[in-house]
Amino acid sequence: MTALDTVEVKEGVDQETVDAVKELSGNYKYGWNTEIEMEYAPKGVNPDIVRLISSKNKEPEWMTEWRLSAFTRWEKMDEPTWAMVNYPDIDFQDIYYYARPKSMEEKPKSLDDVDPKLLATYEKLGIPLKEQMILAGVEGAEDAPAEGRKVAVDAVFDSVSVGTTFQKELEKAGVIFCSISEAIEKHPELVKKYLGTVVPPSDNFYATLNSAVFSDGSFVYIPPGVRCPMELSTYFRINAENTGQFERTLIIADKGSYVSYLEGCTAPKRDTAQLHAAVVEIIVEEDAEVKYSTVQNWYPGDEDGKGGIYNFVTKRADCRGDRSKVMWTQVETGSAVTWKYPSCILRGDDSQGEFYSIAIANNMQQADTGTKMIHLGKNTKSRIVSKGISAGKAQNTYRGLVSMHPKATKSRNYTQCDSLLIGDKCGAHTVPYIEVKNNSSRVEHEATTSKVDDDQLFYCRSRGMDEEEAVALVVNGFCKEVLQALPMEFAMEAQALVAISLEGSVG
Amino acid sequence: MALAQLKIDTTEARLADVDLPQGAAWGNAARADALARVRLMALPTKRDEYWKYTDPTSLTAVDAPEAALFASDEAPLFDAVDRVKIVFVDGVFDADASDDLEATGLEIERLSDAMATDIHWAKDIYGVLEAHGQKPVARPLAALNTALATDGVVIRVTGKATKPVNFIYLHNDTTSDAILHNVVKVEAGAEMTLLETGPAAARFSKLLEVEVAEGGKFNHVRAQGRDHERRAVTHCFARIAADSVFKSFTLTFNGVLTRNECVLELVGDDAVAHVAGVCVGDGKDFHHDDTVFITHDALNGESRQVFKKVLRNGATGVFQGKILVKEGAQKTDGYQISQSLLLDDDSQFLAKPELEIYADDVACSHGSTSGAIDETALFYLRSRGVPHDEARNLLTLSFLAEALEEIEDETLAEDLRDRLEGWLARHR
Repeated sequence: MTALDTVEVKEGVDQETVDAVKELSGNYKYGWNTEIEMEYAPKGVNPDIVRLISSKNKEPEWMTEWRLSAFTRWEKMDEPTWAMVNYPDIDFQDIYYYARPKSMEEKPKSLDDVDPKLLATYEKLGIPLKEQMILAGVEGAEDAPAEGRKVAVDAVFDSVSVGTTFQKELEKAGVIFCSISEAIEKHPELVKKYLGTVVPPSDNFYATLNSAVFSDGSFVYIPPGVRCPMELSTYFRINAENTGQFERTLIIADKGSYVSYLEGCTAPKRDTAQLHAAVVEIIVEEDAEVKYSTVQNWYPGDEDGKGGIYNFVTKRADCRGDRSKVMWTQVETGSAVTWKYPSCILRGDDSQGEFYSIAIANNMQQADTGTKMIHLGKNTKSRIVSKGISAGKAQNTYRGLVSMHPKATKSRNYTQCDSLLIGDKCGAHTVPYIEVKNNSSRVEHEATTSKVDDDQLFYCRSRGMDEEEAVALVVNGFCKEVLQALPMEFAMEAQALVAISLEGSVG
Repeated sequence: MALAQLKIDTTEARLADVDLPQGAAWGNAARADALARVRLMALPTKRDEYWKYTDPTSLTAVDAPEAALFASDEAPLFDAVDRVKIVFVDGVFDADASDDLEATGLEIERLSDAMATDIHWAKDIYGVLEAHGQKPVARPLAALNTALATDGVVIRVTGKATKPVNFIYLHNDTTSDAILHNVVKVEAGAEMTLLETGPAAARFSKLLEVEVAEGGKFNHVRAQGRDHERRAVTHCFARIAADSVFKSFTLTFNGVLTRNECVLELVGDDAVAHVAGVCVGDGKDFHHDDTVFITHDALNGESRQVFKKVLRNGATGVFQGKILVKEGAQKTDGYQISQSLLLDDDSQFLAKPELEIYADDVACSHGSTSGAIDETALFYLRSRGVPHDEARNLLTLSFLAEALEEIEDETLAEDLRDRLEGWLARHR
């Protein structure tokens, strides 16, 4: 068992992270590596590894079987090749599927038991000190007034969750926020009921692999009528070399509830590419609302495309109940290769899906990202705003589907995807699929591609900005609609990230 | 990736009993190469991404499905236009019904004659543009056409043609399976207008290769006939040189299955390419697919794609459009719009409007919309005393206007507009 269910942590990633980002001189800030003794499962994947991961997580038999059947399916599947990304073949047998800090072998009871190196890692990543006080179990810290908004954090280090904060306070509201391994142990009925119902184990190559080998991730359950008292957040850190991270997130918003969930991620600089294949499932019941925001800042590889994270992620929300609502916001600045399509199944009548995305690709980065809006219920609404920015030699693709089923009458979709090119060696692509099967629905799609406007640049420069500053300002303006959709702390961080990701792309 | 067995089986079944028409060495080689391409790519099945929205089974089957003849009470299209008529009956050239193959500024020959000539200008175009257009997306049915084409015409335009050439495709046999291949070469500074009318055959495969040299102009207006059970797959491959203009408009009425692929490449600076289409479909057995691929490979190019579809009673409209701007093709202006008007709840519109851009100083945009007739506009017209059906037709025609405006010649446009009004009046 990996989660620190006995410890509590205060505060989130906000101000400190923002400051950390602001300090950045231009290079990837999170590229350092924590020297820590790790415990690995043997390289490669096979039924024994799947059983091993399952037993490390002390899972019940049904879970092991679920994983094994996914693995059997995965073996018969082919890697998808339709995305506009190129990368060397991945040797799926040359990856560690399970890595955890040796110190996590026994469930730590308090901070004294948690490896100081791990705590230092999160401190360095900008998780504030106060949080560590609580991690340390200091009496009364829980009641200390938090600076700004409270954010509960689940920290995932390679394959395991090292700690979840604020659990007690959340419990008072009836909210369950813990690692998924803990949820399988403590709330099997919920996991059994919902796991794999949005992204079935047979969904796609990477999701199926994830179903077989996911090691940890976050679990959220918001009971009926509860407005989650604070923002929830997961912070993913890949540290070990040659290791794949396969996390699984399951969020359930029961009738009339509300939750805002943030996700952040970083990884050290390494010369070899690393695989990250996550699955996020969100279930939104009647009148419930979920906001899911991501700032993805995995290591993007160096200027020549060496190293970096391959980010192959399946994210999907199922708006099951009437009047349910989900909102995806993503700022994708990292990863060597991104393959990610957060989707909404609008099943309930009057349900709503929104997708706001900024994808920035610089140097040799490749991003193929977008969304799917599947309208099944009546009067469903969806809105897609996607801003793609390419610089250097990067390729950036928006790929999306809007589907209006025959019964989704009087539904509405509006899609806007704009691309901005900086430099003449990069590419920006748009691949939307639009399927309309009834006539009372309206679907509108607009896309434009342009370059940074010379007049705007000239104006900024005439006001004394240097060229990079000017580009960052113009780009931030271009992204404004999406940045505004982010929770406040994230928006600031994202804004700074936008500038940093483009550094060195001008001139 | 290895080809799926189903694709190989489909391909081999189709090719089992075919004989390549024989002619001069270059023609035989072009056909043999094309046949090799077909085998390499294999014929499409509905699992192919490029055929996601259109089932090609009836186009790849060994025998053409039957299509009843359709008696029309309308006068032939463009009757009032002074033109050179070239008539094909079920895909076979009919010399008696055709005009003399002579016109000022044009050299017209039957394909079989050209391909029997050892040295012929068509050698540099026949199957060449088609082969070039196989990348990045495979178009095996086009290669099949190049290999098997039984008839067609080659036209060299040396000056400004005084009158348009009209290919008239008649359909007289319920099981005819026609494969035609036409080649047009527009020399530098030359101009021509090509008209195509008629349903052609029960199953019709037609390929047009057009080379437009510097400063040349090629105008194309096509009406795919009112034949309810016809199936057609047509391809147009064009290479457009500097300062030249390529314009193509297609009007489609009904037909069980129509797939029109248009593959254009702007290879010279300041070239212009416009493709437009209107399709009106009624009934569950109507499926219409416009697939367009425009490549910008030169400076300051302009391209427009304007496609409008009116669909009712379970009809399906498909649009797959793409603008590819290659590295260095700066100052490109690319525009693409695909819209559908769904007159009832059973019809569907499936679109995939793509952009792929590798140059930064470009302005490219695409838009796609789908919806019903605007009730407010309808209400307004009715409040002004316009009867319901008439108001609806007016709004439908105004929806189609942007595409119809792409036809330069007002006489031709007027003729097509009349046909549309007639169709709308019949299908209430």
